[in-house]
Amino acid sequence: MKDAQVVKEAPIKEDHPMEKILRMDRIPHIWCSTCGIGTALTAFATALGKTDIPLDNICVVSGIGCSGRIAGYIKLDSFHSTHGRAIPFATGLKLGNPKLKLVVFSGDGDIAGIGGNHLIHAARRNMDLVVLCINNFIYAMTGGQAAATTPLTANTSTSPYGCYEQPFNLPHLAASCGAVYVARWTCLHVRRLAKSINEALNKKGFSFIEIIAPCSTIYARRNRLGDGLSLMKFYHDNSIIKHGADTRELDISYQKKIIVGKFVDIERPTFLDSMNEWYRKQFGEKYIEYGGPSD
Amino acid sequence: MKFWRKPLDADKIKVPHGEIHIVRDRCKGCGFCVEYCPRDVLELSSEFNVKGYHPPYVKKPEECVHCGLCEMLCPDFAIWVTEKEVDKIES
Amino acid sequence: MKANSKNVLTGSHYLDGDHACAEGALAAGCNFVAGYPITPSTEVVERISERFPFVGGIFIQMEDELASMASLSGAAYAGAKAMTVTSGPGFSLMMENIGLAAMLEAPCVIINVQRGGPSTGLPTLPGQADMMQVRWGSHGDYEIIALSPNSPQECFEFTIKAFNLAEKYRVPTFVMTDECVGHMTEKVVIPPADQIELEPRRYTKLPPEEYLPFKPEKDLVPDMVRAGKGYRIHVTGLTHDEKGYPVMHWQTQEKLVRRLVEKIRLNSDKIIEFEEEQIDDAEVVLLSYGISSRVAIPAIQKARKEGIKVGVLRLIVVWPFPEKKVFELAKKVKAFVVPEMNYGQMVLEVERAAKGQAEVFLVPHGGGWVHDPEDIYKVIKEAVK
Repeated sequence: MKDAQVVKEAPIKEDHPMEKILRMDRIPHIWCSTCGIGTALTAFATALGKTDIPLDNICVVSGIGCSGRIAGYIKLDSFHSTHGRAIPFATGLKLGNPKLKLVVFSGDGDIAGIGGNHLIHAARRNMDLVVLCINNFIYAMTGGQAAATTPLTANTSTSPYGCYEQPFNLPHLAASCGAVYVARWTCLHVRRLAKSINEALNKKGFSFIEIIAPCSTIYARRNRLGDGLSLMKFYHDNSIIKHGADTRELDISYQKKIIVGKFVDIERPTFLDSMNEWYRKQFGEKYIEYGGPSD
Repeated sequence: MKFWRKPLDADKIKVPHGEIHIVRDRCKGCGFCVEYCPRDVLELSSEFNVKGYHPPYVKKPEECVHCGLCEMLCPDFAIWVTEKEVDKIES
Repeated sequence: MKANSKNVLTGSHYLDGDHACAEGALAAGCNFVAGYPITPSTEVVERISERFPFVGGIFIQMEDELASMASLSGAAYAGAKAMTVTSGPGFSLMMENIGLAAMLEAPCVIINVQRGGPSTGLPTLPGQADMMQVRWGSHGDYEIIALSPNSPQECFEFTIKAFNLAEKYRVPTFVMTDECVGHMTEKVVIPPADQIELEPRRYTKLPPEEYLPFKPEKDLVPDMVRAGKGYRIHVTGLTHDEKGYPVMHWQTQEKLVRRLVEKIRLNSDKIIEFEEEQIDDAEVVLLSYGISSRVAIPAIQKARKEGIKVGVLRLIVVWPFPEKKVFELAKKVKAFVVPEMNYGQMVLEVERAAKGQAEVFLVPHGGGWVHDPEDIYKVIKEAVK
């Protein structure tokens, strides 16, 4: 290396276009170099820039974990709740004020591990939520324990000789429980991911987008896969876009092909719509719909 | 770009150009922008930023076509593109 | 502010305790209930699910108690008045999210219709063994408010009181009934709506640039704001500063936890409520709460007939505990008699507050039935010696 030195730079005249949606007093964020969560956040910020929904009505709820820290950096009404309970917390927010648009932005361990029960019921009820599940195949924040999505044979701190449990196929799980919009993208497919998030935001009902993100310090390092950039190169060479694929084929094996795309896009009445319609049909004028807080 | 004849829709085609802004001290040297720029405009510099990473620098500023991929891929909000002047194709 | 007359079932009714709790919630303006059925509390949510469609509320039966409690904090921040209902095993499940509600300072009400425990215990029979759990159940330092009704009429009134206290102090508030009171059917008189006082939620008047979500006012309670108003708040269960951002320093922890605890402790004089009877010349004070206080009445009457000077201190607000009152009484009386349907929970508080100046006698009961008044009477006689 030549003479390397720290160089001071001239002040930048313009701001990053996503700064309006970020809590700049908390940037730089805590995620590692080459972590994919930052990229997932930029895709979300891009989608927010293109949506017609007023930003004041959008709330973000996260759980615990590296992905759970996302709520802390987004400049919307953001809530950082307990481990696995982001979905019921968001349900409470949504039902407490039906005008809000709720986005649950959390990790695979949070949503599908400890929060698995809430995921399947919210999908079954078709609660009007957008669930963005960042899947890095591991419980990264706490040091790299095996998750419900860890592929077979992967090394984690609680499966140091390789994981022997079958992982979840998250799109299949969400679709079979009744989600109306199911997609999977990697962090590399940034534009398609942003478009998908936009579609999910504009859709009524339970939308589930699995975002495959590289985890450099924990998953990649433990499994000798390089760093996040190597994982991104792997996604580049091994992801196949297959819109409308049967969700049963979407299993992820360790370092094998990953099928991405939009798999389910159907219409179903949401929980609130079903409830209101049901009562209106039975009681007509006597039914009083809950319209939200009075102030 | 050199053409062997003038394309028939040359009046309609405009090649955009972008001006790249980099906040060097936010960069964590991940290399996503360098790797996935379709025009190889960026390269990691040999200088260190305040965090000790090598931020990118614009190697070929005139090649940037304002695709915005670096801006969307960067996990640290350290790089973005604004519109510069637009090229017109002349024969 | 007054109750909404559309929600209040004014009149004289023959209701059981659970149903009276439901009517109390409706009168208080509750509009979000997330519950999970568990005996003996199920009747509350059953009545709520019948009444809500006609008063404009949302009832959702969640998949488990953890989800029910988690959704309460969300609903509170959305601007709704939220409540959940449970019993012993569900109460244990809710503990983590009760801590979340305490940390986020989300006003909500939890009704615990206690039953025989531990574990599955006696689902259809009463107990009073969750009294310490309600105070200390979740991890970490925090304070809550708990009330203990002893009749369906009080179930109605105390549920309204619980909502008012929750709104005033931004704290999860508990109504600790039990299966006996919950399934007891008695006359409940529900007054007209304009006689029911409700505490409005204190929303901030500051603009978004100046508002700090956790900056306390003079009474140590911060003004609230609800999601969707453009304030772009961030609330987290992590230790946070006044702006709501997580800060991992012991100084922030000290400031935050001290305020969460003092919010109730320094205001305890305004919160504590009890009923006293013939205290002035008492030699023995019977301190009780909930159904045990009613069961003790024949024992007290028998003792008084024999000339024993028995006073009664009945706790309405069980937590925060009326330490000062008990300490003062301990200087004057010989002993306290504490009948409870457990093996010694609130009696520990009585002993602590008495500071050795008076003897404290427990009349324990494993739960599953109420005390035999004879047993209480025997202990009163013992205490007066």
